[in-house]
Amino acid sequence: MQTMDVTKLRVDNTRPLMDEVLSHYDDYDFSSFTDADVLRALEKEALSPEDYAALLSPAAERHLEEMAQKARRETACHFGNTASLYTPLYIANYCVNHCTYCGFNCTNKIHRAKLTYEEIDRELHSIAESGLREILILTGESRYHSDVEYIGRACEIAKHYFTTIGIEVYPMETEEYAQIQRYGADFVSVYQETYDRARYKEVHLSGPKADFAYRFNAQERALLGGMRGVGVGALLGLGDFRRDAFAAGLHAQALQRRYPHAEVSFSVPRLRPYINNAENNPNDVHETQLLQVMLSYRLLMPFAGISISTRERAGFRDHVVGMCATKISAGSKVGVGGHDEDAKGDEQFEISDPRGVHEVERMLYARGLQPVYRDYIRM
Amino acid sequence: MKDVLKIGPKEFSSRFFLGTGKFSLDKTAAAIEKSGTEMVTLALRRANLGGEGNILDYIPKTVTLLPNTSGARTAEEAVRIARLARELGCGDFIKIEVIHDSKYLMPDNYETAKATETLAKEGFVVLPYISPDLIAARDLVNAGAAAVMPLAAPIGSNKGLLTRDFIKMLIDEIDLPIVVDAGIGKPSHACEAMELGADAVLANTAVATARDVVAMAHAFKLAVESGREAYLAGPGRVLEFAGEASSPLTGFLQD
Repeated sequence: MQTMDVTKLRVDNTRPLMDEVLSHYDDYDFSSFTDADVLRALEKEALSPEDYAALLSPAAERHLEEMAQKARRETACHFGNTASLYTPLYIANYCVNHCTYCGFNCTNKIHRAKLTYEEIDRELHSIAESGLREILILTGESRYHSDVEYIGRACEIAKHYFTTIGIEVYPMETEEYAQIQRYGADFVSVYQETYDRARYKEVHLSGPKADFAYRFNAQERALLGGMRGVGVGALLGLGDFRRDAFAAGLHAQALQRRYPHAEVSFSVPRLRPYINNAENNPNDVHETQLLQVMLSYRLLMPFAGISISTRERAGFRDHVVGMCATKISAGSKVGVGGHDEDAKGDEQFEISDPRGVHEVERMLYARGLQPVYRDYIRM
Repeated sequence: MKDVLKIGPKEFSSRFFLGTGKFSLDKTAAAIEKSGTEMVTLALRRANLGGEGNILDYIPKTVTLLPNTSGARTAEEAVRIARLARELGCGDFIKIEVIHDSKYLMPDNYETAKATETLAKEGFVVLPYISPDLIAARDLVNAGAAAVMPLAAPIGSNKGLLTRDFIKMLIDEIDLPIVVDAGIGKPSHACEAMELGADAVLANTAVATARDVVAMAHAFKLAVESGREAYLAGPGRVLEFAGEASSPLTGFLQD
């Protein structure tokens, strides 16, 4: 191996993935990048960690248009003119974690609920009638209320209606992922929220989620358990979003490198800045910064999926899909249930784009994109 | 920081490997010297070791020998040739070449991986010669290869980096030194491979068939060094299109 290396992320397979990724967390001072660094990175076929950091730097905000132009070409090259549609279904919102930023946190007095298997079936049936064939099943993080069997059975029911089933639940053991995979799910999303260990500790006051490493290694366990793909992401704005997006990118890249068969994708949840507080916090993630992160993910891993949820407004989602996002949710409800009948439990956050599947589909056609409902054959 | 190439237990400061087939022996010593190379290949089947015109007499002791298994048609034959090379005192480095296609002389990646696995377990420093294929290269990593040697073009063709995009995949994805081998016809080809990020380049025919073999060996040395330096310097921008005043893709942002 080389002693000097300027273009590759070298993955040392003898080291745990987490050590490998986190050892780079503080590698760059984002304020030190210049316009020339950004433009040079934009000329590269493959980004080095340094190029990637340059694209996430404040200097790159002045070059968003160039980044967008290149991202659109890359997205078209790898995904054609398609956009996949999916919707989330929350089947329970019980949670044992105390995370300071989350509406589901265990100290929050919200209406808690859990769907029965019959209710899950009705909800899924109702969603499937809209034409969707990809579903994301979510719970709050409570092994007591939503055990592996419960989540697995929900996936089994989903298998009757959907070709692609993802889960976004608490991190599990490898064998548990294997069990869920046998039930029918094949995609696991776990978001690290922040890759800054100190900040992570500050915002995760209690509950199993306070175990940073266990969460970090969830994607690897999922892949070892036989899952087809995994999603990574940081909750942008919780810590230094540039560093967190940098680490999330390296995390995804390292996973893909170590497990080349895996489909790795990104999600980009953000904490919205307070209105009228724009000048105060350099960590605020406005639409400009959110787009910058999405474009950087795209340019780092041109082949990776990027999802855009209904946390963002329609006008934003419509423009990023096809440019960098490849997956767009539609008809989303973020309370417990709510597709077939009224939601049984309260919502995790407020959605900003209430459009249904057919409205989103019309938007995609109008933008010259082809909606994709299924692109997977379950064996 | 010193820019050294590590392969197995050894470090090299030259990134140009010279093949010694196709030379007249009297030019070999001067070509090796002028090329600055620290690693030369040696076709065991052609070397008359211990006999008349022994090529080892022309190779300085400071240069690492890379015997190759040319002539092998299967993994088993390659393994036997490698063991023989070691017995004859050629050291632990071995370039695996398994070819059973006499028209194009394309290497058999599968047999090569099998031989690599066996020889790596026996303590050889194995450098397999392959068609540039990402999946085969991953197998070679798992098999214990010390480097991967993808071909740039059909051997002896002097056509240059025909497999550029496939070699780039190996450079980007494989955590072993990538030594571009075969098909390199001119110093500019070698330079291009190095600019792309290859760790080293091997040439034989291009040097051996030059009008002035020794001068060409030197030209390759300079080209490889130049390409490496350019790679480390980080190539500048090549403008694809003129700047655009408006923001057709990002005008929608609301902060």
